[in-house]
Amino acid sequence: MSETLLEIANVSKRFGATLANDDISLSLAKGEIVALLGENGAGKTTLMNILFGHYQPDSGHIRVMGKDLPPGRPLAAIRAGIGMVHQHFSLAPNLTVLENVMTGTESLWRPVSDAATGRRRLMELSRRFGLETDPDARLGDLSVGEQQRVEVLKSLYNHARVLILDEPTAVLTTIEAEHLFATLRDMARQGLSLIFISHKLDEVMATADRIVVLRGGRKVAERLRGGTTKAELAELMVGRAVHRPERKMSPPGEVVLEARGVTLRRGGVDRLKAVDFDLHAGEVLGIIGVAGNGQTSLSAVLSGTARRTTGELRLFGAAVGDLSVPEVVDAGIGRIPEDRNHEGVIGEMPLWENAVLERLSRFSRGGLVDRRAAIAFAQRIIDGFDVRGGTPLSRTRLLSGGNIQKLILGRNLIEHPRILIAAQPARGLDEGAVAAVHGRILAARNAGAAVLLISEDLDEVMALADRIQAIVGGRLSPPVARETTERGQLGLMMAGEWEGAHAV
Amino acid sequence: MRFERRAHRSTVLVVIAPVIAVAAALALAGVLIALAGSPVLTAYERILTGAFGSRLAATETLTRAVPLILTGLAAAVAFRARLWNIGAEGQLYLGAIAAAALSAELAGGLPSILQIPILLVAAALAGMALLLIPLWLRLRFSVDEVVTTLLLNFVAILFVSMLIDGVLKDPMAFGWPQSKPIDEDGMLPKLIPRSRLHAGLLLALALAVVVHFVQSRTVFGTRSRAAGLNATAAVFAGVPLGRTLVQVAMISGGLAGLAGAVEVMGVTSYVTTELSPGYGYSGIVVAMLANLHPIGVVLAAIFTAAMFVGADAMSRSMAIPTYIADVTVALSLLAMLVAIFFTQYRIAR
Repeated sequence: MSETLLEIANVSKRFGATLANDDISLSLAKGEIVALLGENGAGKTTLMNILFGHYQPDSGHIRVMGKDLPPGRPLAAIRAGIGMVHQHFSLAPNLTVLENVMTGTESLWRPVSDAATGRRRLMELSRRFGLETDPDARLGDLSVGEQQRVEVLKSLYNHARVLILDEPTAVLTTIEAEHLFATLRDMARQGLSLIFISHKLDEVMATADRIVVLRGGRKVAERLRGGTTKAELAELMVGRAVHRPERKMSPPGEVVLEARGVTLRRGGVDRLKAVDFDLHAGEVLGIIGVAGNGQTSLSAVLSGTARRTTGELRLFGAAVGDLSVPEVVDAGIGRIPEDRNHEGVIGEMPLWENAVLERLSRFSRGGLVDRRAAIAFAQRIIDGFDVRGGTPLSRTRLLSGGNIQKLILGRNLIEHPRILIAAQPARGLDEGAVAAVHGRILAARNAGAAVLLISEDLDEVMALADRIQAIVGGRLSPPVARETTERGQLGLMMAGEWEGAHAV
Repeated sequence: MRFERRAHRSTVLVVIAPVIAVAAALALAGVLIALAGSPVLTAYERILTGAFGSRLAATETLTRAVPLILTGLAAAVAFRARLWNIGAEGQLYLGAIAAAALSAELAGGLPSILQIPILLVAAALAGMALLLIPLWLRLRFSVDEVVTTLLLNFVAILFVSMLIDGVLKDPMAFGWPQSKPIDEDGMLPKLIPRSRLHAGLLLALALAVVVHFVQSRTVFGTRSRAAGLNATAAVFAGVPLGRTLVQVAMISGGLAGLAGAVEVMGVTSYVTTELSPGYGYSGIVVAMLANLHPIGVVLAAIFTAAMFVGADAMSRSMAIPTYIADVTVALSLLAMLVAIFFTQYRIAR
């Protein structure tokens, strides 16, 4: 592992007033896995975009095998053997896997595409690296994890020797992520060099040979995996010690939301199948499951955006019919949607409009919006929930993901809801923001709110939930108590095996 | 050359973007004028004096601007909510024929104070009705309204053509296919004597202010903007998407219908199939040029009208076809689309 394949030397890049990269140097040896660790906005993605030629650095340069790479030329980067797997894939959903992989590899002047040769090479790469794929499947029909595999294969097909992965696990389930990292280690053993960008300490410690920590655009530390700990990395990354809040036992209150046999049928498929649960005041009920098992439907039914097909819902002891969004909001049910950017806020609207949109009737008189009251409400959320990066009048798109989530949490929790439906509340957030969001959820629970936590993150559910139910194929397991449940048992429940589970 | 998204969109830039666009369009049109062998600066001067140089010219420009303001507002309101109403031309004709028919057959003889409002409301309702059909098809069957509204233009104009050659044909018109005229008491009063400028201008200006107020200050306006910017988030926040779009369609179709009514009640007094030289389509250009802002629509409509009236005058005195007006307006739209892009992106070094 002595041969230096790639060298990033003293790279700086400024965007307006912010210095996104400040004199960063980094080297990568053959067969090495380097993790680029840092919070959102630390400059990781900027650095990788410079490496791949999407941006031109203000100063500094990049050398591959000792040769300078011309700045700002993605094609030169590809020719030099650099491949990039983006967070949002750059693949065409209407083409097949093979067509996607071969796109851009053949001259446009070629009369016919040589698909047979392409297929042979693709299958050979697929076998060699254990990246299973069906070359004739339409890309849009594949799961996110499978699409990512195609993106990796496309880089390999382009003779990549250095592979850059931008937050590769952000869209994957735990199981898919473990599979991916096993593949990455195997690729490194076969001589490929890898850089992966991450803010998750577990995966960094499990996979990387070397860890480079970025903070505020600077390289603050470089550690070998054996020579550091998760705690040290967390502190280096955030710049101060971060403690995730801890849940303390407390007796639950009365049942506030009760579901019996709730079924949702959509597009001829039962998305929810006879779901039962009881949600108590002052408790967090965790719904754990791999993505795509009915979580979206469950939160939609409870949030008022979908009508259940059959089944009973009892809210505060009284049976309720179809719920509309205004009814749900007026009943004191707070809602955190799973996709905050597409469902939670409207990026082009100012903060204050996003703060009041779901309760416009309260902030209006005679059909006119009461701007002053609405702006004051937004300001209260900003102050009370530590939303940074904007005033009530600035456009919401300018906020970071963590601050958007704090705005969404704030507009729900500032009203002291009796029930909170929280879908994937910390997904994609950095350490500091995760701690803040978890702290708020536990504070709401301690204040007597009933929290339904829908999550794919085992650690999150173990940290926050009092009782846990698994969701598999639209069915809910019986609830188990957090205190008497092991992670391994939850893993089995997520796979649909809950015969031995002790209901509570 | 490479583009980067701007973190902040500066207000100054948004305001001067249309000015730069218009200047760029005029400069490009200047190249064409020069190619046609005419002195460019003189041509510009003739356009300017032709559009504003005399009382008659100025009133003529404003008269032309009235239907453009209304169709521009119709497009701006709809586009804000991502309802692609390309059918203002048809809605305009239906509005015009509704006003003319009602005045000739039923409301004729009523005093102005009653008749004018009745005719205007009827025209607005006719415009609305025509837009509600494609909206229903979209909400019920997800049919793309770009296609349906566009094609309904031809249906509407042929329908009007059938009426004015049939039941509504004016027997006094020497066989020409034109509708019976609006009753004298149904005509809009003139703003300036011995000109064509009529009270429809005041109506259009007032409606621009009303639309602006409704969009920025009311619950309905907030919801329609939310629906246009991000329908998924709007639904999550409890915006009734279907109902909001129906309301938007009623306003948009109503405004286009009114455009037809004021043209017939203010200028021509009867409907022919040449009532509108494409006001419905030009309204889309006007709305885009105004970046969908209702007050901007007024300015964009006056600019567009000035180009047409001014180019007419210029072509009479110089040997340049009036098509230069079409070209300049089209170029200004293209320049505006580029300018809007640059309010959101910058060129990276």
